[in-house]
Amino acid sequence: MYDKGKILTGLAVFVVFMTYPFWNNIGRAAYVKPELEKPRMAKECVENVEYMRAEHMAMLNEWRDEVVRNGMHEYHSSFTHQTYAKSLTKTCLKCHENKDKFCDKCHTSVAVSPYCWDCHVDPKGVKQ
Amino acid sequence: MKALYSLFLVFALAAIALVGAGALGMERTFGLYIPFLAAAVFVVGFCWRVVQWGKSAVPFCIPTTCGQQESLPWIKQSTIENPSTTTGVVLRMLLEVLLFRSLFRNNQPQLYSDGRVRYASSKWLWLGALAFHYSFLIIFLRHMRFFTEPVPALIRGIESVDSMLQIAAPTLYLTDLVFIAAVTYLFLRRVVVPNIRYISQVQDYFPLFLILGIGLSGIFMRYFAKVDIMAVKELTMGLVTFSWKAPQGIGAIFYVHLFLVSVLLIYFPLSKLMHMGGVFLSPTRNMNCASRKFRHINPWKFENVHYHTYEEYEDEFREKMVEKGIPVEKPL
Repeated sequence: MYDKGKILTGLAVFVVFMTYPFWNNIGRAAYVKPELEKPRMAKECVENVEYMRAEHMAMLNEWRDEVVRNGMHEYHSSFTHQTYAKSLTKTCLKCHENKDKFCDKCHTSVAVSPYCWDCHVDPKGVKQ
Repeated sequence: MKALYSLFLVFALAAIALVGAGALGMERTFGLYIPFLAAAVFVVGFCWRVVQWGKSAVPFCIPTTCGQQESLPWIKQSTIENPSTTTGVVLRMLLEVLLFRSLFRNNQPQLYSDGRVRYASSKWLWLGALAFHYSFLIIFLRHMRFFTEPVPALIRGIESVDSMLQIAAPTLYLTDLVFIAAVTYLFLRRVVVPNIRYISQVQDYFPLFLILGIGLSGIFMRYFAKVDIMAVKELTMGLVTFSWKAPQGIGAIFYVHLFLVSVLLIYFPLSKLMHMGGVFLSPTRNMNCASRKFRHINPWKFENVHYHTYEEYEDEFREKMVEKGIPVEKPL
């Protein structure tokens, strides 16, 4: 092989870079899906669990637009057949009291940083 | 036709994943075994190809000269375009690898009605290639959030810059837009421009469609048909820590995405996508343009090369030569 030193150095850099996910996790605790704190007062959310899991961010975004731009404050759930206020603080955080033990758990794990908290305050967080 | 053939090939691959992981319930095969095999084929195959290239001799000094060569002291040398030092070669390689310098030279001949030809600068391919490769790199790095716990600050930073316009939720990634636009441009260029269509083969269209399929399936599952992202992370983390588990209910679209990525990884070392490693081993780029100063020794071992001597030549063609009246050393 010609230019052995240079080529093997380059290949070593390539292999180290490409196998990063494998060696980076050596010696770390096995990944466990974060456990979320379940609300104590409510049995069900405004929509069913699968829907909330997949669409909660789209729903909150929609609520924000409807409340702020169109002045529509009421959400009629086809799941519970009840009416809720379209409010992160008054509706969501009423049951999911602790942001750190609910929202942040998954968001941190998959490196999502929603900008809800640029404007909204976490009431429990303020007290701490 | 070649484009359609490639398109159907990608559709067939997506269908395999849909049927396999969706209908037949082979989540472990499509979520763990095939991706791991693909990653192994990619890394090992890539190294093997590069070593093969490293073993090939470079018999001649053939760097491309794109400027004034080092000459008499009062003639200004183009030190990067025609490098005569290792520093110059390294700089030229960096320009090539990071900024695609040679594509920047692209010219487009234009024929006027009176028969005159003009060569005008054409930067679209350079721009499209640059947009494509860099958005692909950012998307690749961003995906490391599924393979690390805790996610490193660098990857979180890339993520937040990429979604800085805060459009919709989940926030729109800018690289998603650039990536799809660039791949679409690179494809349309092959279809629309007649002379490029003429030289385009299946092996040109197939990777483009495959990459477009990967991009679209990723976008589809992020913004439209959402998958259980926490279950996805459980699977990807299990994959890289060898504690393999296939969580239920991720959604078939994820397996389509993952299978197309696996196919890309396996296809990579077998195809012209190897230009990723090949660009560093191009003698036309990585050699020093100082052939007048230093003699380039042909590394071939000449004692092993079989020469076809004149005697052998005459032995081979003697009858025909005599027939045509050509003088021969040994008569028939």
